[in-house]
Amino acid sequence: MTFVQNLTLFVLSAFVGYEIITKIPTNLHTPLMSGANAISGITLLGSVVVAGSGSTTLATALGFLAVVMATINVIGGYMVSHFMLSEFSKGGR
Amino acid sequence: MATGILAEQVPEQTLQLTYLVAGILFIQGLRDMTHPRTATRGNLISSGGMFLAVIVTVLWFEILSPIVLAAGLLVGGAVGAFLAVSVETTEMPQLVGLFNGFGGGASAVVAGAELIDVLETTGSLSLELTISASIAGIIGAVTFSGSLVAGGKLHGLVGDSPISPNAGHVVKIVFLGAALAAGGYLVIQTGALDQAPITDWFPAYWALVGAALLLGIALVVPIGGADMPVVIALLNSYSGLAAATTGFVLNNSVLIIAGTLVGASGMILTVIMCDSMNRSLANVLFGGLGAGDSGSDDMADIYEGNITETSPEEVVMLLETANRVVIVPGYGMAVAQAQHAVAELVELLDEHGVDVEFGIHPVAGRMPGHMNALLAEADVPYDKMRELEEVNPNFSQTDLVIVTGANDVVNPRAKEDDDSPIAGMPILNVDEARQVIVNKRSLSAGFAGIANPLFARDNTSMLFGDAKDSMQELVNQYKEATE
Repeated sequence: MTFVQNLTLFVLSAFVGYEIITKIPTNLHTPLMSGANAISGITLLGSVVVAGSGSTTLATALGFLAVVMATINVIGGYMVSHFMLSEFSKGGR
Repeated sequence: MATGILAEQVPEQTLQLTYLVAGILFIQGLRDMTHPRTATRGNLISSGGMFLAVIVTVLWFEILSPIVLAAGLLVGGAVGAFLAVSVETTEMPQLVGLFNGFGGGASAVVAGAELIDVLETTGSLSLELTISASIAGIIGAVTFSGSLVAGGKLHGLVGDSPISPNAGHVVKIVFLGAALAAGGYLVIQTGALDQAPITDWFPAYWALVGAALLLGIALVVPIGGADMPVVIALLNSYSGLAAATTGFVLNNSVLIIAGTLVGASGMILTVIMCDSMNRSLANVLFGGLGAGDSGSDDMADIYEGNITETSPEEVVMLLETANRVVIVPGYGMAVAQAQHAVAELVELLDEHGVDVEFGIHPVAGRMPGHMNALLAEADVPYDKMRELEEVNPNFSQTDLVIVTGANDVVNPRAKEDDDSPIAGMPILNVDEARQVIVNKRSLSAGFAGIANPLFARDNTSMLFGDAKDSMQELVNQYKEATE
């Protein structure tokens, strides 16, 4: 993929993000933030490739570090959001 | 480079198509977040997208060191799960900040490692790669250190009083300049890097990350506690942008889609928070509101002889005759962990046919939606939580307002005094109600450091005391009175 294709994805995603996020009520801003937080852990994919490639010791070590940090972000973020959101659905009686 | 288990058996497009599906799941997950009923499902859909993307990546790419990868996933997963399970609701803002930082840190590290990796496997670096890796490194590192400082402030480990502006500006510019210089070196030398040994040029990437880490610290340290919702939202946005730029480094579509969605989400929250204080982002980041100690004199002038103190008994008498009650919570409620007592009071009033709801200012608390999350945890139905625009027109028909742990967000000087630090900030017009009870430990100023004329109004009475104790007292006395 070229830079221009990447840029296309970036710009279009920004518009989609804007359209959706502006519709989210204040009530849900905290769980939104921690949920979005977990999504930003998508960088885990890059970490996985780098950690697994084993090209040099340095790259592997950095990859390991990145995998740990990104996984904390993903697992922790989704779990915290889930706990918070179940409080909200409970309160919706 | 794609020689994993899957890559040998299925066509090349499969990976890209799976990433597309993951991207759709992220978008649908966020769409479901627009309503509390569907939000839990949305979070699950989003995590499903993440799971799918990770699995296909692991199976697709050749994993030469599976033990390293498995160990990393296991350690990270265990730490993340432990933190999520063990943390109290009141510690949520710092936890969100912490997770944020790890995401940004991972992006910075991956971008650096990818430089080495690409050079090893293909023998040359492209200009696009060095540019995007430098950007990802800077944003990721700023997110990492900035989030840790923000988390530290929220957890009380780092002092959260604002520091006067100007002092730190030179420092920030120096760090930013150093980070940009290191990045510039990598970009300009792109062609030459191919021949040189990695140890010769990789220190430049370390320098970039190091300078950016210091920049993150210098940016967040001077910002005071009540501006934290803006900082947390902005760092949230950065962690997404860091992931998106890493997507440019790796040419990975789903990283760009997901990262940009998060970047947009954080940016929108940042703008909402700034608008709710009638301040620009630059003013929040560099202005240092509340740094001065002005206002102690006029405080005495305003309060002298005009403060009416009340007792729980009197408040309960007012509650018994009220038809409509609005409760305005602030950070003080979170600090005192009074949300359960407040929720109980609201439930009691509701049972006795009182029209009761919450008026929640967008920047009340330490992160966007902080009050709502706390009240939801205390089982308050979400239709009782009203936003500023919804509740403001109804204060004139309200018999009693109870302000607990809030100050600046109900300060009429935002409307009346053009020179005050909070001039133009949208506030909850509680002074329009028939009677206002302000529950506070003392008359001390809020974050803006100014006196609040509301406390001296004829229709305002002060209920001094800790939020939790006072609310619990109201609950007990109301129960007795209505039995």
